[in-house]
Amino acid sequence: MKQNIINKIWDHHVVQNKPGFPTTLYIDRILLHEVTSAQAFAELKKRNIPIRNKDHLLATIDHSIPTDKNRAVIADEIARTQVDTLRRNCQETGVTIYDIESSHQGIVHVVGPELGFTLPGTTIICGDSHTSTHGAFGALAFGVGTSEITHAMASSCILQSKPKTFKVEFTGKPSKYFTAKDAILKLISVIGIGGGQGCVIEYVGEYIRELSMEGRMTICNMSIECGARAGLVAPDATTFAYLEGREYAPKGAAWEKAKTEWLKLVSDADADYDQSITIDLTDAAPMLTWGINPEHAIAINETVPGLDSGSDKSTLEKAYAYTGLHAGQNLAGISVDYVFVGSCTNGRIEDLRAVASILDGRKVAPHVTMYIVPGSEQVLAQAKAEGLDKIFAAAGADFRMPGCSMCLAMNPDKVPEGKRCVSTSNRNFIGRQGPNSITHLASPQTAAASAVLGYVASEGDL
Amino acid sequence: MEKFDTFNSKVIPVDLDNVDTDMIIPAQHLKSVSKEGFGEHLFSNLRQMYPDFILNRPEYSTGQILLSKSNFGCGSSREHAAWAIQQYGIKAVVCSSFGDIFFNNSAKNGLLLITLPEETINKWLALSLADSTLTMNINLEHQTISFAGETFSFNYDEFRKHCLLKGLDDLDYLLSQTADISAYESTRSI
Ligand code: SF4
Repeated sequence: MKQNIINKIWDHHVVQNKPGFPTTLYIDRILLHEVTSAQAFAELKKRNIPIRNKDHLLATIDHSIPTDKNRAVIADEIARTQVDTLRRNCQETGVTIYDIESSHQGIVHVVGPELGFTLPGTTIICGDSHTSTHGAFGALAFGVGTSEITHAMASSCILQSKPKTFKVEFTGKPSKYFTAKDAILKLISVIGIGGGQGCVIEYVGEYIRELSMEGRMTICNMSIECGARAGLVAPDATTFAYLEGREYAPKGAAWEKAKTEWLKLVSDADADYDQSITIDLTDAAPMLTWGINPEHAIAINETVPGLDSGSDKSTLEKAYAYTGLHAGQNLAGISVDYVFVGSCTNGRIEDLRAVASILDGRKVAPHVTMYIVPGSEQVLAQAKAEGLDKIFAAAGADFRMPGCSMCLAMNPDKVPEGKRCVSTSNRNFIGRQGPNSITHLASPQTAAASAVLGYVASEGDL
Repeated sequence: MEKFDTFNSKVIPVDLDNVDTDMIIPAQHLKSVSKEGFGEHLFSNLRQMYPDFILNRPEYSTGQILLSKSNFGCGSSREHAAWAIQQYGIKAVVCSSFGDIFFNNSAKNGLLLITLPEETINKWLALSLADSTLTMNINLEHQTISFAGETFSFNYDEFRKHCLLKGLDDLDYLLSQTADISAYESTRSI
């Protein structure tokens, strides 16, 4: 039978498949962070069950830590307990943790690939929905809840039903300032936030092949925002070039052998999928969200859609009220208070370089507060080595320490009430960046241009 | 895990599509390292922002069945969403579809999720919004759900049903397969 890559990886990992029961699926990698792991460690301890394979686990801290220079001091007592609990759990069980000052701390989905822990053909879980990011390497990677983390720690397996498969092909040559972030926002605006439900997406097409690993990660990262369980891209020379020599990647003869195996991870010609769609990117313009979920995305030269646009009406009404925008209004030109560059979607070195190239010789508009938050300590070090930090400082942006920061209003970095933020993160839900804050998701380039001009704008407007 | 029996309860109608887990339990309430204490923060942002939000209305706030529309529980993977719903006192959520991760998380905590056709959901939402005293009956054993004089059967995964009715847990089931897991591991190199 002709198989797609999703089914190939799935089949490789089936331990047991009894009719009437969910599949017992083997899990190669478990990523941990402070928010969703404590209850898993506690459950195992309570039931006196050991961790089955310690080397399958890797932990870091990202969600609740501050991102100022003084970040070792966590003022919020509950957040501090959470972070200390993870430290203690890792110490007690011997699980590797990349803590602050380890030179590899960072957002879990930035750190995994950076260390070469994320490898093609593996199954990866994390108690975080953006685990789909790791699919960029041709891994089957998905977010789970704390119970499944517990299961995988104890048995190296979880119970899953087989996902449906969805092929998304990008064709055509977009306009000059269009990025990977714009491509995924465009897909979500077309299929809706439930459009990928129950599916794993494979992204294909010339556009994907030509993208860097960073771009592929941005796209896979937001697969969850259309309801998909995961998204992936078949590995190729770009993947191998990124991984070679990284800490956990195989070395020497093992590397050559692994590459031979990984090259088999492609969908057979004419493989079947449960669903497929082609998204034509010809001349497509940069995208931004205007409303309260990622499907409310439009091109920068379009106007806010009306009630007949196909989205749920009561949600649209809430969205107009919440964002203070109305149907038919231009998004371009709306005044912006905050700009956030960072997150597991767009907090990698390539993103920071793009922002620096725009900020170089320019200034952030006086009424705008701009946060630039590297996704990891490695990204931070690289940015400094390239002198990007100086460009950010000269432009008047606040270049901070690694973490999730303003993506989710769980640490001290928040967008204040009533303020409007252009953000490179992945969710524009009500209150996501702080109670009553308004979020417009966009690419790093669009975010930087908006910061300089002080209103919603794309790089082409500079 | 608590066993699941047939029960009757008032309904909490949340008349929205795409209720995401950020709405169900906002991130600022995720910092606890235990599984307790989330119920009081259920929908806290919406309750604060909209004084007439359904959970702020005393005539609805005591229901044990939550009724909502499509793609309920989409977004963040936080299992805290399922915990918050349960700790609030809700035993079942009835919708036209659910987010995948939320669906799995709920099953693992004994929160019953029932999927019904969109027309039924819309009709029942309207009825329950018009009359807060109406009660719903759910019978998991026979897989039936009744409301306002109508009874439907619903689909439910056999394995999940077995676990819920017996109060069994996935981890015991997985650990019973240890020999198979070891056999599988010996065939692999990664
Ligand atoms: S950056 Fe945002 S989306 Fe990514 S892991 Fe952190 S909180 Fe989640």
